[in-house]
Amino acid sequence: MKKVKLITTIMVMAFVSLTAMSCKDGKKEVSTDTVHSEMNHDESMDHDNMSASNTMMDSNVQNSDAKQVLADYMVLKDALVATDKDEASKAGKKLESTLNGFDVSSYTDEQQKELKDIIADAIEHAEHIGKSEMDHQREHFKTLSKDIIDMVAITGTDNTLYQQFCPMYDKGSAWLSMSKDIKNPYYGSKMLNCGNVQKEIN
Amino acid sequence: MRIVKIIALVLLVVFVGIQFVPTKRNQSSVVPKTDFLLVNNPPKNISTLLQGSCYDCHSNNTNYPWYNKIQPVTWFLENHITDGKDELNFNEWDEYSNRRKNSKLKSIINQIKDDEMPLYSYTLIHWDASLSQSEKILIIDYMEQIKDSLQ
Repeated sequence: MKKVKLITTIMVMAFVSLTAMSCKDGKKEVSTDTVHSEMNHDESMDHDNMSASNTMMDSNVQNSDAKQVLADYMVLKDALVATDKDEASKAGKKLESTLNGFDVSSYTDEQQKELKDIIADAIEHAEHIGKSEMDHQREHFKTLSKDIIDMVAITGTDNTLYQQFCPMYDKGSAWLSMSKDIKNPYYGSKMLNCGNVQKEIN
Repeated sequence: MRIVKIIALVLLVVFVGIQFVPTKRNQSSVVPKTDFLLVNNPPKNISTLLQGSCYDCHSNNTNYPWYNKIQPVTWFLENHITDGKDELNFNEWDEYSNRRKNSKLKSIINQIKDDEMPLYSYTLIHWDASLSQSEKILIIDYMEQIKDSLQ
């Protein structure tokens, strides 16, 4: 009888643990996130409306998507400069949802094709930044930055942007900033001022 | 004691019962033209490594060992395969644009470097799928080479 009991216990334990593992589904947070970031989206759009010229916004609606992507990117960049993993992860998720909602319909066919490719790639990087450790976040930020730089080449920008470059990180890595001063997102406080301005984008 | 027996019986019935729940198997006899190995045609040792250590979760064809056909193990695996293919499907390699290939290659290199792939839970069972230090270097060098040829 003791044997039966032992076997039963083992079976119960094995069954419960396997069932628990097979039912694992870590994707529930997505829906709440989307709602949350949509709210943010509205807020920052209002903000943009106040600071930028209204006529520009009205005549060129899709430009607001590109603008929002840049705004989210800058929040992410600042979080990396501050070496703040949680903020960076939040910013990554926000950027991911903005990219998902990017409306490319008013660009030419060729631009649309290029933009869709850029967006698909950037979404993947933003997604990973949303769920990774700091060093991975920075790895993905490098490729993400290239995507965003290429995006800006198509969409243009209202604000002046500075393309900056750190020769030390991963054989040289670029990023975008709104200010001329160097604040390195790849090293944070470890090497805050490492880098130079490569290009001014208007 | 009766209760124990009843529980054991119920569990046995459930265990046998779930074996009959149909699951979609990740199996395909067709290797599409877009497959990584067909497109890049790597040396034999590289393709053997990739097929042995990556293709089970990153292609449309999983080589299931016998115990993976038993529920609930299969369900657990199915999740991994879906997630794996979502991130990277070697069978669809040539459908990715150069930009995305570059990103995927970078991730492959970093994940192997950091010992994140192949997954620990996978090599735990498939000990033959884990990569030795020299095998890792072999794959990483090869992937770097492909990545450089893209630019």
